[in-house]
Amino acid sequence: MDTHGNGTGAQALRPHAEDAFAHELKALAAADDRPRPPRWKLSPWAVATYLLGGTLSDGTAVTPKYVGPRRIVEVAVSTLATDRALLLLGVPGTAKTWVSEHLAAAVSGDSTLLVQGTAGTPEEAVRYGWDYARLLARGPGREALVPSPVMRAMADGATVRVEELTRIPADVQDSLITILSEKTLPIPELGQEVQAVRGFNLIATANDRDRGVNDLSSALRRRFNTVVLPLPATADAEVDIVARRVDQLGRALDLPPAPDALAEIRRVVTVFRELREGVTGDGRTKVKTPSGTLSTAEAISVVTHGLALAAHFGDGVLRPSDVAAGILGAVVRDPAGDRVVWQEYLEAVVRERDGWQDFYRACREVAP
Amino acid sequence: MSPAAPPARRGPLLLGVRHHGPGSARAVRAALDAARPAAVLVEGPPEGDALLPLAADPGMRPPVALLSHAADDPGRAVFWPLAAFSPEWAALRWAQEQQPPVPVRFIDLPAAHTLAAAEAGEPAGGAPRPDPLGALAAAAGYGDAERWWEDTVELRGGPGDAPADPLAAFEALGDAMEALRGAHPEDASGTIGGRPRDLVREAHMRQRIRAARREFGDGCAVVCGAWHVPALRAATTAAADKRLLAGLPRTRVETAWVPWTHRRLARTGGYGAGVAAPGWYAHLAAAPDRPVERWMARAAALLREEDLPVSPAHVIEAVRLADTLAGVRGRPAPGLAETLDAVRAVMCDGSDVPLALVEDRLVVGDVLGRVPGGAPAVPLQRDLARQQRSLRLKAEPQERELELDLRGPTDAARSLLLHRLGLLGIGWGRPAASRPGTGTFRETWRLCWEPELAVRVAEAGIWGTTVQAAAGAKAAADAAAARDLAEVTALAERCLLAGLSEALPQVLRALADLAALDTDAARLAQALPALARALRYGDVRGTGAPALRAVARGLAERICVALPPACASGLDAEAAAAMRGHVEAVHRAVGLLDDEELQERWAAVLAALGVRDGVPGAIRGRAVRLLLDEGRLPAPEAARLMGLALSPAAAPADAAGWLDGFAGAGAGGGMLLVHDERLFDLVDSWLAAVPAAAFADVLPLLRRTFGAYEPGVRRTLGELARRGPDARRTAAGAGAPEGFAAELDEARAATAADLARLLLEAADRPTPQAHTSDEPPHKGGDGPDPNRQGAGRETTGGRRG
Repeated sequence: MDTHGNGTGAQALRPHAEDAFAHELKALAAADDRPRPPRWKLSPWAVATYLLGGTLSDGTAVTPKYVGPRRIVEVAVSTLATDRALLLLGVPGTAKTWVSEHLAAAVSGDSTLLVQGTAGTPEEAVRYGWDYARLLARGPGREALVPSPVMRAMADGATVRVEELTRIPADVQDSLITILSEKTLPIPELGQEVQAVRGFNLIATANDRDRGVNDLSSALRRRFNTVVLPLPATADAEVDIVARRVDQLGRALDLPPAPDALAEIRRVVTVFRELREGVTGDGRTKVKTPSGTLSTAEAISVVTHGLALAAHFGDGVLRPSDVAAGILGAVVRDPAGDRVVWQEYLEAVVRERDGWQDFYRACREVAP
Repeated sequence: MSPAAPPARRGPLLLGVRHHGPGSARAVRAALDAARPAAVLVEGPPEGDALLPLAADPGMRPPVALLSHAADDPGRAVFWPLAAFSPEWAALRWAQEQQPPVPVRFIDLPAAHTLAAAEAGEPAGGAPRPDPLGALAAAAGYGDAERWWEDTVELRGGPGDAPADPLAAFEALGDAMEALRGAHPEDASGTIGGRPRDLVREAHMRQRIRAARREFGDGCAVVCGAWHVPALRAATTAAADKRLLAGLPRTRVETAWVPWTHRRLARTGGYGAGVAAPGWYAHLAAAPDRPVERWMARAAALLREEDLPVSPAHVIEAVRLADTLAGVRGRPAPGLAETLDAVRAVMCDGSDVPLALVEDRLVVGDVLGRVPGGAPAVPLQRDLARQQRSLRLKAEPQERELELDLRGPTDAARSLLLHRLGLLGIGWGRPAASRPGTGTFRETWRLCWEPELAVRVAEAGIWGTTVQAAAGAKAAADAAAARDLAEVTALAERCLLAGLSEALPQVLRALADLAALDTDAARLAQALPALARALRYGDVRGTGAPALRAVARGLAERICVALPPACASGLDAEAAAAMRGHVEAVHRAVGLLDDEELQERWAAVLAALGVRDGVPGAIRGRAVRLLLDEGRLPAPEAARLMGLALSPAAAPADAAGWLDGFAGAGAGGGMLLVHDERLFDLVDSWLAAVPAAAFADVLPLLRRTFGAYEPGVRRTLGELARRGPDARRTAAGAGAPEGFAAELDEARAATAADLARLLLEAADRPTPQAHTSDEPPHKGGDGPDPNRQGAGRETTGGRRG
């Protein structure tokens, strides 16, 4: 396997995917007799199996890395196999980064070629920088060049990952256009260029419902095949995710475990899902959708907040009044439009629902 | 019965197919070309034999359906839908294209028996039979029977490359089915005449095959569902089959070709054929080559029409992705799932929203079949003719006017028929304005039967077999397709007028959904009055009413939530005037709804509107006035609010608007000012304090407010204003108003007393009050109202008095 700068997986707090699942990758490579695209460590079929899990002919059990629609993984892998860049979209908490890391590990055997997108990501992170000491000492030349992960991936025919693409300033985003369409990176200072070797590809992740970020230009967007990672398909799956995560967070924050919190968690998840999907759980009434994302991650934060309220100011039992204010804050992001949405939801859905009267009253109390 | 060698080897050629499978259609054609049978026998009702020549008519365009219905009841019908990609259609077209044409026969159980069984209470469709393909697919390691069939049958031998032996596949399929039926000896797909349905059908098919062999020899080809192949191979005796068929109930049936649609093919249950992707199949059947590339190009063209930027580069990438996906999934060629995944990822930015468009327009599609004009009448046409006869309404080409008195049963039925035809788009009668003063129980129609209406009737045949059923189905479909709240409200009213209470639940459901998603308070407010009227004057028979009430109530609650922010969102003068109209309309509608709790809520909304900053003066004034009139706001509080609105800090234009809202638009506003000195003083002192510069601005509004008053009221107000505040106060103490003598003049009063008595007696009669012009026309039947005409006359009389 490749060696990475910061040591092997055994000592690291969180080993890279290709180290943590090295045995699975090895077994897959051994069992894989299908054609592999140039410089791919595995065939597309084996990459899909690596992500979705299964049992190989030699009896090795491959754990599922992604639990969700099979179609998502198949489209993602096929996209990479056709040399198209892959854009993974989704609200927070839909495993975008996780999927991209494992895809890179399975395809190129290396998930460390990574550009972390922030508002301050410079062009050097996408193209190249200069080692100024060397530049001053010896003048311009390839040895004074500091390649970006993108440039390294192009040279090696590997997969590079760009996290949070929409947080990167628009002008820096645009420097990806040439790389993705021409598969070359010009170095005008030296009159040279780096040409991508076959096998090079790029996986970007972005949050599709964040406001106030740099939307992708249509020119860049055209260069990607887009896969939207969906939210948990069923309420039970989501309640499970929230409950587990709240439990972990609560222990980290030293909150005493709240008995019977599951009923309130279910209620928060129900409210979030109904507003997000624009239809009640029984599928019989439509409701308006507020402007916020109402992601699973936000549901987790509402419940954690409610637990803190219950532990420090209440009797330790999670009650409707503890989560009402949090829900209101998550739903009403835009004071004009969302307030109407929320009130309509309260009156049309919550008020009529059996066993929700406490919650209805609590929400009316905190209503703006 | 001896287990002889498989009779298929020397008997007729048995071509087992999947109904509506394009691959099957292709294979059937190839097999027929290879075998060149002397006759083609197709699974279908023998009643259709007489109609077969029409299939060759150039005016015939699939999808069409062969429809049989009970002669006396067009509502009881069975359909055999055929699309261009159906193997049955391919077989009968093949036979007709040969020179000389090869005879075709339908061999299924006659509809006369099927429909008679339905009459006897036996389900015509029956329970679904055990899924034979599902078992085969599971054996091949597929989870999805459709996909297995696609991969093994439909996607093999694409257009252009002929299979090595066109007959071998059918042979193998027949063997597989035989093994399957051995494993499922019993099936529960309904009974006919107390006998298992499939056994009876297969016995009949065998009998027809025997007859065909006597006529044409062994060279017959049979096209039937793959499931039936083993039964048709089986060596049974004619006598046994005859016993099975003896004594089946039968009824008189009529059969016709009717145009069909892809949407109906796609629907499961009812009249649908359960074909998930008719558009895709039609594409596969029609594409001469490169089906995936052509499909992607069509998807791109469709998305471009919707202004989505899709370039040829996208098409190329989508095709590459679909091919790779098929490879990853181990399929021989991209199927529908792969192409849709590729379209989503490449052309739709991963979103399901534009993809839904592709699914709706391409995968299902809006294809409408056509039947030549000379075809026998469709049942809808017969039903219409029957009603025209019984209602004595002749279809005449010259235009004439028809006046209906809805209190009579015949006229009421005529009105229902005309309204229903209108819903179906058959514009035989157009509603015309009734002569003034004839009351709401009359309808006037202009009738004109244009020849092309016959075509419309034929087209409407896809909706149902009777006018009522078809109109109901059409209304439900329209409601599902509607994007606009007003559209659905209008539809709900039309359903009431057309007496289609069976379609009402779907329409109301669409209404509730659209109302839930509509963010425009004005549109919600526009929708409510029609609903409230419909509910109040209750033309809904039976079950419709509670549902209608729930929807109206839900709508009113949404309005209660949405209206205050909508009123406070910086409306200009014009929008404010429109919104004020909405507030009034909702107020009247809420009054009609007769729901205590709702009225309380509405009053709270009005109270909030009355004091809320940022709400235009006209609306605030109106809200205060409505509350005052209902007695929900004490007069001193109204005066305080008026004082606030008319105080010097308020912008003069806004204050004038408030005044207009409070006292404008006739509505007795003037009388209020005449009688309430306090209010009059407030107006008077405000008006005196309006700065000269602003006076010219408020003048037009004031003129509109006060100009609408009746002359007498205006004169009295003028008198009051002329006397000045102090004089008014003393006059009020004196008792007798200006212009009145201290004593009553008996002689002059007596002339008016007679008329007043007449009016009061009329009001005492136990009949509804005079009706306003915006109520829905009354439809006779329940609660006739003999006094309405009288009420109209008295209203006029009262005004004169």
